[in-house]
Amino acid sequence: MSTQTAIEPAAERRESGVPIPVASPRELLPYWIFAGLVLMLAIYFVGAEEGATSVFSGSAIHELVHDARHLLGFPCH
Amino acid sequence: MVRTLLVRGMLVGLVVGLVAFAWAYFVGEPPVKAAIAVEEAAAAKAGAMDEGAPEVSRDLQSTLGLLTGILIFSTAIGGFVGLIFAMIYGRIGALQARATALVIAAVGFTTVVLVPFTKYPANPPAVGSGDTIGERTGWFFVLIVIAIVAAVAAGRLIRDLYARWGVGNAVAAGLLLFAVLIGVAHLALPAENEVRTGFPPQVLWDFRLANLGTQAIIWSLLAFGFGHAAERALAGKPLLGRRAAAGASAPTT
Ligand SMILES: [Zn+2]
Repeated sequence: MSTQTAIEPAAERRESGVPIPVASPRELLPYWIFAGLVLMLAIYFVGAEEGATSVFSGSAIHELVHDARHLLGFPCH
Repeated sequence: MVRTLLVRGMLVGLVVGLVAFAWAYFVGEPPVKAAIAVEEAAAAKAGAMDEGAPEVSRDLQSTLGLLTGILIFSTAIGGFVGLIFAMIYGRIGALQARATALVIAAVGFTTVVLVPFTKYPANPPAVGSGDTIGERTGWFFVLIVIAIVAAVAAGRLIRDLYARWGVGNAVAAGLLLFAVLIGVAHLALPAENEVRTGFPPQVLWDFRLANLGTQAIIWSLLAFGFGHAAERALAGKPLLGRRAAAGASAPTT
């Protein structure tokens, strides 16, 4: 299952039924940097784009997801 | 495994978003429409010029636009739940997959939805002033960041205390710390009250309940859906179906 979790005494933990971490912090870091950034951008796109700040010009994006922004609880007009 | 958890989180988020959309459409759109009608009536009374047709029609905003926005948000939140799961699973005591997913969703809903709601509650369209939107959005996100930091601090306190104090007392101390930190943030951050006198309170109330309901659906269904999906991932099973994956012995990392 988990590939590199030799940090903990894995066999001992498995016997006692305590779950074993799936990844070390080092393995997680690139996921957090790349996926975390993309996911944050997605939330920004719905929650703030052209409301408070703007990356794309025009207001079509803001207006398209506008009702979602309100009903998800983001500040708007 | 991290990638599997990330992808499954996003997939569950996508499906959950469909349910949240149904709620938002049937429960949330009526007060949204009512608020816009109030705005238009007020504008007509004041003899204001018609702003003209919006770039995206109201019909599109309340259907496809609403669906798009909620699906993007819900999928992204699902991805974050997957990443956080990969980070903390096996590191919070003996908590199993489903319980871990439940803790993540409960803390997520509290920090991202409940805490900001208590200070900067959601408003229907036409309530906020265009001049203060940047400021309001800024403080809203500041409060979310404060809530996440406070939750991490509480989590660390629980971890440090629990061997000596036992789980119950340690969690109580953690909750107290969280409440105190949020209380201080409440007092320190500026108030924003945009609702003008005369706005129908029933519309405001209905809208805010619809907002909480939309978010509650997203986070609670994620807790159960992703808990299930993560448990299957850890057992080397595919997301759907009964049989174990053929490549279960060599899962993607
Ligand atoms: Zn708005």
